[in-house]
Amino acid sequence: MTDNVTTYLLRGVRPLGGDAVDVLLSDGVIAAIEAPGTARADGGVVVIDATDQVLLPGLVDLHTHLREPGREDAETVESGTRAAAAGGFTAVHAMANTTPVADTAGVVEQVWRLGQDAGWVDVHPVGAVTVGLGGEHLAELGAMAESKARVRVFSDDGKCVHDPVLMRRALEYVKAFDGVVAQHAQEPRLTQGSQMHEGVVSAEIGLAGWPAVAEEAIIARDVLLAEHVGSRLHVCHLSTRGSVEIVRWAKSRGIDVTAEVTPHHLALTDELARGYDPTFKVNPPLRTADDVEAVREGLADGTIDIVATDHAPHPVEDKDCEWAAAAFGMTGLETALSVVQQAMVDTGRMTWADVARVLSANPARIGRIDAEHGRPIAVGEPATLALVDPAAIRVVDGGAQQTASVNTPFRGRTLPGRVTATFLRGRATVLDGSPVEPAGTRGGR
Amino acid sequence: MRHLLSAADLSREDAIRLLDTAAQMAATQSREIKKLPTLRGRTVVNLFFEDSTRTRISFETAAKRLSADVINFSAKGSSVSKGESLKDTALTLHSMGADAVVVRHWASGAPYQLAHSGWLGTVDSPVAVLNAGDGTHQHPTQALLDAFTIRRHLVGRAGGAGRDGVGKDLTGLKVAIVGDVLHSRVARSNVNLLHTLGAEVTLVAPPTLLPVGVESWTCATSYDLDATLTGWCPDAVMMLRVQRERMSGGSGAFLPSPQEYSRRYGLDKRRLGALPDHAIVMHPGPMNRGLEISAQAADSDRSVIVEQVANGVAVRMAALYLLLAGGSSAEGTSL
Repeated sequence: MTDNVTTYLLRGVRPLGGDAVDVLLSDGVIAAIEAPGTARADGGVVVIDATDQVLLPGLVDLHTHLREPGREDAETVESGTRAAAAGGFTAVHAMANTTPVADTAGVVEQVWRLGQDAGWVDVHPVGAVTVGLGGEHLAELGAMAESKARVRVFSDDGKCVHDPVLMRRALEYVKAFDGVVAQHAQEPRLTQGSQMHEGVVSAEIGLAGWPAVAEEAIIARDVLLAEHVGSRLHVCHLSTRGSVEIVRWAKSRGIDVTAEVTPHHLALTDELARGYDPTFKVNPPLRTADDVEAVREGLADGTIDIVATDHAPHPVEDKDCEWAAAAFGMTGLETALSVVQQAMVDTGRMTWADVARVLSANPARIGRIDAEHGRPIAVGEPATLALVDPAAIRVVDGGAQQTASVNTPFRGRTLPGRVTATFLRGRATVLDGSPVEPAGTRGGR
Repeated sequence: MRHLLSAADLSREDAIRLLDTAAQMAATQSREIKKLPTLRGRTVVNLFFEDSTRTRISFETAAKRLSADVINFSAKGSSVSKGESLKDTALTLHSMGADAVVVRHWASGAPYQLAHSGWLGTVDSPVAVLNAGDGTHQHPTQALLDAFTIRRHLVGRAGGAGRDGVGKDLTGLKVAIVGDVLHSRVARSNVNLLHTLGAEVTLVAPPTLLPVGVESWTCATSYDLDATLTGWCPDAVMMLRVQRERMSGGSGAFLPSPQEYSRRYGLDKRRLGALPDHAIVMHPGPMNRGLEISAQAADSDRSVIVEQVANGVAVRMAALYLLLAGGSSAEGTSL
């Protein structure tokens, strides 16, 4: 896919928020990095004035729901990956809870191919751990690993692999192909019928509680299992102070665990449930202000390795109803970077280099796609990059986003920062803040 | 007052105005001709997503005594996989010209959504919504009728105030609410309203039936009914219904057995005798005789349970009147 690749010169850009330079992208790689204003723009070079903009490696999402196959009314691989590119992403891991479930080589190859056809980002399918997400029989993990999709991340996300024996076997089995199990930590019995975080707000407004312990108990069990069998474990969307403390303890023991937090758990609290707007219904639920503070601390000190969106599009009718009847989940691809900037960078808790670590290098390493993604910004490296204007201000409008669904919890909020360009191996997928249709790849989709 | 969604929304002044209006309404109900012309030509819809014959009949009676046209709309379907959506039902009712919608729903928050979504009229001029019980959240007219009953018995008679305690709040009174607080919209509504009216509340329940987070409520809690009855001497004891499916097994397992619950938390003859002489016994109904309340307690002369039902009609008349007749004081109008 190196046809139609233009040569771009980014003038005055700040790699990882550092000193301004000129960066030349040519033949799919970073061809030159020179003092600002000094790089020569030969004929045919597209010059982008990137003064005061920040250059990051293309973002990598380890946790995206693209919904295809099965729920194309919510999102397709094409619309979801276009949204990803608009958000600065160059790779996404597509979760397995589709219809049919991505539990065979056939389904993961289908999703992988749909991603190739769309051409917006690299789509890396996640394979289900158990057949049909049923939690009873291991899926053919090896077949998915050896397929064209080269699956390395396995998850029953949406459901917890709650059987301890099955979880142990999965952790052991994926070692054969350097895979990782990404656990949705939710003790099912403790969360039957749960609607929101269990605490002061749930008690008052009468919605069934989802206790923090239901997450923490599974994480505690899983880090001990991972230690016992010498496997690596990834914890999806942790959301409580207790979870952060357990992961911190596990890492101090040398257990090979990584953890993720979502943008919404970095920014929003359970107080938002008071208006019964199902836009704020998500699993795991929005927690308390103290939990938000804890996940911010954990992200800043490295206990939490990555930010992942858990982008979960839903059609309007699944949210325009009673809270208890509504679907769990919220979109996130097009707001993730802005939320991280607001919560972590603008507050002085993280640098842009840290942002590149948690939104690109670390998720690429966990997903074993770090040969192509999450690379340093250096000459000879792939021109797989995101350009961000951190001074921009925008009001979030779900209807104006690229995703096919409008269930953004940030609707109407003012967020800092805007992705102005995204490059995938030298090809612009976003320019001037707008998606650039991949040439000759998509036709009538 | 545009809607009546939660007892927590009521100020002390709102609450006293509702209770005083209810007293006026109650007075009209002893006349030979009970019907008032006040809401003639207005349409009240009873929208029930959950069975509740008692509450529906109470609202229906209240609306009819005010001469409103009443439409009963039963949209039963207690699961997520229901037919018509809440939104479509609301749009239908609005286009049929409802002036007020009385809604009972299995989902907490559904009346709030109806009032704020714009589905029932515009956001600026919505159809009045009365919450007739939503999930495990609120049941404000139940709390109002309970407060009305308490005031009538314990303020009107004892305090030297006029009949029914008109104009007064409940300052200084002590109310014990006993039973399944976790799942009870009655308990939540009463904690809010009784606190607003100056009463003290103690919730008495086994720990499994108190919600995590109850410590932020404006009340005390106790696990020990006997200690509360003898040590705290409540002026009123309100027994909550305990559903048998909360007993052992399955996803319930809140309690070991009905017998143990009854022994530890039931209002039996012995505990009835431990109450102060003036204390009243209340229950929102329907009762499980022999479980949370014994026949002796339910039928004793301290029991005001039947009177609660009658007061429910008066309170609901007051709520409909204040919501639909412009919200001006009932005084000076020809009730």
